[in-house]
Amino acid sequence: MSILVVAEHDNAALKPATLNTVAAAKQIGAGDIHVLVAGAGCDAAAEAASKIDGVAKVLVADSAEFAHALAENLAPLVVKLASGYSHVLAPATTSGKNVMPRVAALLDVQQISEIVAVEDGDTFVRPIYAGNALATVKSSDALKIITVRATGFDAVAAEGGSAAIEKTDATGDSGKSSFVGQELSKSERPELTSARVIVSGGRGMQSGDNFHMLDKIADKLGAAVGASRAAVDAGFVPNDYQVGQTGKIVAPELYIAVGISGAIQHLAGMKDSKVIVAINKDEEAPIFQVADYGLVGDLFKIVPELEAELSK
Amino acid sequence: MKVLVAVKRVVDYNVKVRVKADGSGVETANVKMSMNPFDEIAVEEAVRLKEAGKAEEIVAVSLGVQQAQETIRTALAMGADRGIHVLSDDELQPLAVAKMLKAVVEKEQPQLVILGKQAIDDDCNQTGQMLAALLGWPQGTFASKVAPEGDTVNVTREIDGGLETVALKLPAIVTTDLRLNEPRYASLPNIMKAKKKPIEQMSPADLGVDTAPRLTTLKVTEPPKRSAGVKVGSVAELVDKLRNEAKVI
Repeated sequence: MSILVVAEHDNAALKPATLNTVAAAKQIGAGDIHVLVAGAGCDAAAEAASKIDGVAKVLVADSAEFAHALAENLAPLVVKLASGYSHVLAPATTSGKNVMPRVAALLDVQQISEIVAVEDGDTFVRPIYAGNALATVKSSDALKIITVRATGFDAVAAEGGSAAIEKTDATGDSGKSSFVGQELSKSERPELTSARVIVSGGRGMQSGDNFHMLDKIADKLGAAVGASRAAVDAGFVPNDYQVGQTGKIVAPELYIAVGISGAIQHLAGMKDSKVIVAINKDEEAPIFQVADYGLVGDLFKIVPELEAELSK
Repeated sequence: MKVLVAVKRVVDYNVKVRVKADGSGVETANVKMSMNPFDEIAVEEAVRLKEAGKAEEIVAVSLGVQQAQETIRTALAMGADRGIHVLSDDELQPLAVAKMLKAVVEKEQPQLVILGKQAIDDDCNQTGQMLAALLGWPQGTFASKVAPEGDTVNVTREIDGGLETVALKLPAIVTTDLRLNEPRYASLPNIMKAKKKPIEQMSPADLGVDTAPRLTTLKVTEPPKRSAGVKVGSVAELVDKLRNEAKVI
């Protein structure tokens, strides 16, 4: 048997979490790894998928109804293909989380959500209670439907493979849902989930305008800018900035938390970062309990100083 | 239209959970339990739809142990009209829950089912999508705005890159994200009134659902602890350490 990985992409390029998901598939090690690229005008994404290290075949379903990865249209396609596989994996992104449980229910399978480690082909480790505990679970379903938390697996190389690309028939439009529109944040910076460095701001930033101070630091470091739930709820920045249990889970090389107290919710989203820096005026703030380097003081003084120091 | 909301009883979000010494799970005895926060948002949204004249009746459903009735009472105090409790002392996994909710939906015939996007105990994030699949209904997951209009509902969804809006033909499933609304606190008079609202009780067998778990939990462990590092005295010292000690910049 082989493993099917449902790629996440925007038709032109693969999303990085696809590479971590292929890495999880490699660890399961149940035969060949195939990647499904379903989209509209998605040749470039399929091409990229064929180059992923370790991928044996790329299945392409190119049709208008897959343009926006609507779960109602994508799930029947995955269901149709699933019978040839022992495992079907997708990244635990908002897209994967939306589609995969729908696939699992149609196949009468109990999905295994957001795995962070593979024990064997049936047994996986996943965080529960916002990452405050890790559960090792064994599935009795013949087919495994799995979403993969990207930070649990080091990405495989995006180059080096030369998989065959095979067309697969589309499954049609469900007629039950349609795409109306989207507002995507435009940014020249790296995506939060794949950034090497992240600078995040919390309620202590006091306003959205003050986040521009963090932009300057981020520019110096080639970093992404994130935020705590408190900062998002206060309307300082849009929801897609949110790092935490209910936002994005990140594990960069360097995470700089500015004016973030360190609620459990937030820590669950960033505590696997390699090096954590905390800047906060309250020396009792819980963020200091997980920070490698803590600096107590007024962020409105420290951040400009930091920018100047980084320029040296 | 009739709206059905699903509510789950979970360990209160303020409780710092402890892994049991024998690794069999998380300590839930003598721990404060509450309605799953995302489900509170689901109830609130249903009540607001009713207040806006877009919904006529709200049915709150919970599955699980006897005390799940307390969670249903909370929903009734917030403004739901009546409750359904599927009593089971067994571990219920999302697929089994979705199958039971499907049976309840077929009986109740709501036009809209609103659920929390995930429960804060098992963090599965599956039930709403599974229910949509089993019913063959469209789904609007991770909703930050729900706007029913005629025979469709427009749902704005929180996605990784920002926001996306989809139009769903009713009947449909919606799962809530944090910013959909801020749930109200039930007033004392409403808590008193809720005590008189009806809760119908049934069993998984009444609904014809086999709830046997498909996943077995082999062990539950604490995640690796991160220890506090050092406090630095100045920005210059911080940058020096990041450059020369941690070597991350």
